Amino acid sequence: MTDTKVTNILPIVQATIERHGPSKEELVPILSDINRSLGYLPKEALEEVSRLLKIPKSHVLSVASFYYMFSTKPTGKHIIKVCESAPCHVSNAFAVIRAIEEELGLPPNSTSQDEKWTFITTSCLGVCGVGPVMIIDDDIYGNVEPSQVPSILSKYQ
Amino acid sequence: MKIVRSMVLVSGDPVSLHRGADTLLNRFQNRLAELDLSNEISISTFSDVGRHDALPMVVVYPEAVVYGPVSLQDVDLIIDEHLYKGRVVQSLLAPPKELSGKIAWIHARKGTLPAEQRIVLQRVGIIDPTDIEDYIIHDGYEALTKVITEMSPMDVINELRKSGLRGRGGAGFPTGVKWGFVAKAPGKQKYVICNADESEPGTFKDRMILEGDPHSIIEAMCIAGYAVGASEGYIYIRGEYALAKERIVNAIKQAKEMGFLGSNILGSDFGFEIHVHSGAGAYICGEETALIESIEGNRGEPRPRPPYPTTHGLWGKPTLVNNVETLANVPPIIRNDSGWYTQFGTPSSPGTKVYTILGNVNVTGLIEVPMGITLREVISIYGGGMKAGSDFKLAQTGGSSGSIIPAALQDTPMDFDSYAKAGVSLGSGALLICNNEICVVDLSKVLINFFRKESCGKCNPCRIGNQRAYQILTNISEGVGQISDLDNLKLLSNNLYEMSNCGLGQTAGTPIRDILTHFRAEIEAHILLKVCPVGVCPMSGKAYYA
Repeated sequence: MTDTKVTNILPIVQATIERHGPSKEELVPILSDINRSLGYLPKEALEEVSRLLKIPKSHVLSVASFYYMFSTKPTGKHIIKVCESAPCHVSNAFAVIRAIEEELGLPPNSTSQDEKWTFITTSCLGVCGVGPVMIIDDDIYGNVEPSQVPSILSKYQ
Repeated sequence: MKIVRSMVLVSGDPVSLHRGADTLLNRFQNRLAELDLSNEISISTFSDVGRHDALPMVVVYPEAVVYGPVSLQDVDLIIDEHLYKGRVVQSLLAPPKELSGKIAWIHARKGTLPAEQRIVLQRVGIIDPTDIEDYIIHDGYEALTKVITEMSPMDVINELRKSGLRGRGGAGFPTGVKWGFVAKAPGKQKYVICNADESEPGTFKDRMILEGDPHSIIEAMCIAGYAVGASEGYIYIRGEYALAKERIVNAIKQAKEMGFLGSNILGSDFGFEIHVHSGAGAYICGEETALIESIEGNRGEPRPRPPYPTTHGLWGKPTLVNNVETLANVPPIIRNDSGWYTQFGTPSSPGTKVYTILGNVNVTGLIEVPMGITLREVISIYGGGMKAGSDFKLAQTGGSSGSIIPAALQDTPMDFDSYAKAGVSLGSGALLICNNEICVVDLSKVLINFFRKESCGKCNPCRIGNQRAYQILTNISEGVGQISDLDNLKLLSNNLYEMSNCGLGQTAGTPIRDILTHFRAEIEAHILLKVCPVGVCPMSGKAYYA
């Protein structure tokens, strides 16, 4: 994460809570929006959420660590998700995972040293008709062949 | 709405194509269009007919009559005699000796109609999902108007009961009965929740409905609110479905502007509001009590049941939780009445079911067919046959927690009761078709890996059991399994079923149980012969220690 974003944590948290209203019912949507703006959920943000929503820090952290779309650790600039559930698996998703690993020199479920990539394997992404499926940031790629991986990745700077 | 009465299938194997099967298909299509029968008679191809002299063949349902060999000139005769007058053309029937082998199943399907019949998908892809007026032109909000102006809440529930509609989320609980429970539950404040947290691997039917026909869900929720006495509803959409959420939010806004939502709907004193709530990535939130926990701002950990949400749901109030596809069936039932609905499907499972076809078939995608179609028909008619001439090995119905269906059960009608009798479950409608290049050990490893990751961790049998099962399967795939592992897997699968708190844990062991029943020899080969018969598993002798 870049420094400019870190200094913006509190204003972003406050604006998000103002938009949703400070109620516990809104906790998951609030955390979603903060995670989207900051790329992850830093400790300062969770503490501010806890203070403004008047719910214990332990509760906020327990929710933040439960859902896989939230990250409590900084993530890379681009996030690659590859589905590893059965429908993609039988369509050869494993070869795609291997191809990404080779191309980036990065094992699944880790972030590259230069913080450009976070590469994760996930459960079903709901686009099973065109498996294997890969999602980079918000772009969905279906019917991915391992040989296409280098050219797809090269689109992201 | 179009109601299909007959279906024509033209054989689509290489020999038939060589002998002009595609010109037959064209002739059928053109002729039926000319005669204005396209809405009543559905045309398709079927694959894998085996070795025959009487090709190309034409099969006509529901009589399940096989004609062959059929020439271009015969098409008009079949249309005029059979499809128009209902008289089987005896002179064109395939010789009896041709009816055996790979097409022998057709005879057993006499009286059924495997044609697509769209009830919940009727507008998907046809209307502009962002435009409420397009929805209204296509009979939209007619059911809500009928409910509010002509029916009492009890009338609505009785109509649903009579329709026999059963929940399409996987469990198949009668919808009308569930609505009745919530309506009867004491308390003024009640809620309606639409479960759109569709995360079962291989299932994307709800996404297609939400994206293609969002107003049908708004209308159904309003009807549900009226019937059970709720003034507020929630749609819980899984976090990954950004477009579906956008379409629903837009639909709610439009419905409010037109007076189909909000206070005093259609001038009555009934009011209903819908809130949209997004998930954040957790398979378990599709379980209704976990979903409720998530809406309340907690970790999505299921509650013990009973008490059921019908009496103690969201914030402890009576709550109706229905799946998207279930709700999408409601407006058509109300609009046309229950008698109309029961003409589709089987007596114990009326209506249609949306299936997603996936895996090693030539055509993957989404179909809506009457309950009671068989797996073989799905593969042969809609899947375009198995990929590259490979053979069917197994199918998994209903996502990761679904049953493994071996070839022997390919001809079991897919409805709730027939499947229950065969000891398998229909689940959410995902049909993962696997060919003989799939290793059952490798497949179950992937399935259990899913549960190991998605278990919420609240109760031990599921959290530890899935991890342990994964280790055992990994060992087997690495060539260091032991024969006692099979008993341990069986025990784990039983324990998961008997001791887990929620449906996720209870069904997590289903695939293991099924492969032990149907594919035991293949697993034993991994252990005793140190060989993966399909050649997929690494068998490298590395034990899993994690």
